[in-house]
Amino acid sequence: MKFLCVECDQQMAFGERRLPGDGTLAATFKCPSCGRVVAMLTNPMETQLVSSLGVEIGGRTVPAQPFEMIETMMTAGPVWSHDAQERLTRVPNFVRGMVKKIYADYAKERGIAEITPAIMDTARAELGLEGM
Amino acid sequence: MRTYHDLPGPDRSGLLEQITAQRRRVAERLAEVRQIVAVMSGKGGVGKSYVTAHLARALARSGRPTGVLDADLNGPTIPSLLGAPHTPIPKSRAIEPAVGSDGVKCISMAHLLDDGAPLVFRGPSADSFVWRGAMEAAALREFLADVAWGSLDVLLLDLPPGMQRYIELCDLLGEAPPVLTVTIPTPESRDAVRRSMRAAVDRGSQLRGIVENMVGPQFSGRAADELAQEFATHVLARIPWHPGPELWDKLATRIAQTRRPTAHAP
Repeated sequence: MKFLCVECDQQMAFGERRLPGDGTLAATFKCPSCGRVVAMLTNPMETQLVSSLGVEIGGRTVPAQPFEMIETMMTAGPVWSHDAQERLTRVPNFVRGMVKKIYADYAKERGIAEITPAIMDTARAELGLEGM
Repeated sequence: MRTYHDLPGPDRSGLLEQITAQRRRVAERLAEVRQIVAVMSGKGGVGKSYVTAHLARALARSGRPTGVLDADLNGPTIPSLLGAPHTPIPKSRAIEPAVGSDGVKCISMAHLLDDGAPLVFRGPSADSFVWRGAMEAAALREFLADVAWGSLDVLLLDLPPGMQRYIELCDLLGEAPPVLTVTIPTPESRDAVRRSMRAAVDRGSQLRGIVENMVGPQFSGRAADELAQEFATHVLARIPWHPGPELWDKLATRIAQTRRPTAHAP
C-alpha cells in the first residue's frame, strides 16, 4: 500500500507503527513536501487479518522467527498483556518458548488469567528465575 | 489523482514481497524432502490418521527417512499414533520435530496444546469467522517452513476432512501435491471421497492410489474399487480391522514403487 498527499501530489513516507495493545494498529505516513502526517488506524478485526497473514505493515524490521505466529497468536492458558509480551521478546529466542511456558504454568497453577510484568516479577522472585 | 502504479516510490510495507518470502522459506525448508504426499479423504472418521501413522512407520522401517505433518489442527492425533508425545525442541533457526516409533519425525498441534484444550487463537472473538481460516493456514505454513525436517524420503501430510487444508497446501507449496486417498467401503464414503478426488484432480494432483480402511463384515460396499475405476487409479491396500505389520510393509512398498519425486522450486 502507498499513501498519496493529494494536495502536493507526493507519495507519503512511512513514519512509524504502533500496537497500543488493544488489538488495534496505528501507522503514520508523512508528506515529504508539506510535512503533513496522516495515521492509518485499523480496528481489531483488520489488525487480526494482517497478523494472520504473517506480514507487517511498514515492512519487516527483523526476520521471522520459527513458529512466530503460532507462539504469539495461540492462547493456550493465560493471556499475556502487551507489556508482558514485549518483555518476553527480550528473552533470547532459543529459550523463549521454555521461559514462556514456565510463566504460563506459574499463572495457571495460581489461577491467574493475565500475565503482566508485575506477575513476571513475582514469579521470577518466587521461582528464582534470575535473568528471565 | 495518481494511482498506485503511478507512484514511483517503493511500497515500504511490501506485503506481496513478504508473502513471496514466506513461500520461499517453505520451499527452502523442503528442499531436501524427496516427496510430499497428502493423505486425504472427503469423509471424516475413515482412519486417515491411522493409515498415515502406520504407513509412515512402515516406510521408516524399510529404511526410508519419513516425516508426518499433522495438518489436522483442530483434532490432532498423530503424536499418540506414532508414540511421539514429546514437545518439539526450539533451536535458533528452526524447531526440531518430535521423533516417534521407528524414527518417524513429526509435528502436530497436539505438541503445543494442553491435554484436552481446543485450539484457540488470540483475537476479536466476535469476528473469528473472518480471520480464523487465515490463522490456520498460517499455522500450516509455519509447520512446513519452521520445522527442521532435514533430509526425508517422504513427508506425509495428514489432512483433516474437507478440502480447505488441501487448497492451502497447494498454495503454500506452489503446486498440487500427490494425493493418497483413504476411504471405507460404504457408498456414503465413496460419494464424499469422490468429491475430494475430483477437486484434487482438478487442482492438478497426481492420484497415488486408494487405501480402503475398515474392511470387514461391518461395512458393505465397494467404494475403493468403484473410485479406482472411475479415476483410473489403483487400490493400494485393503485394511481389515486388525491388520498385522506385514500389510503396512506391503503398502509402504507399493507407495515407494509408485513414487514420483516432487520438485519444490522456490
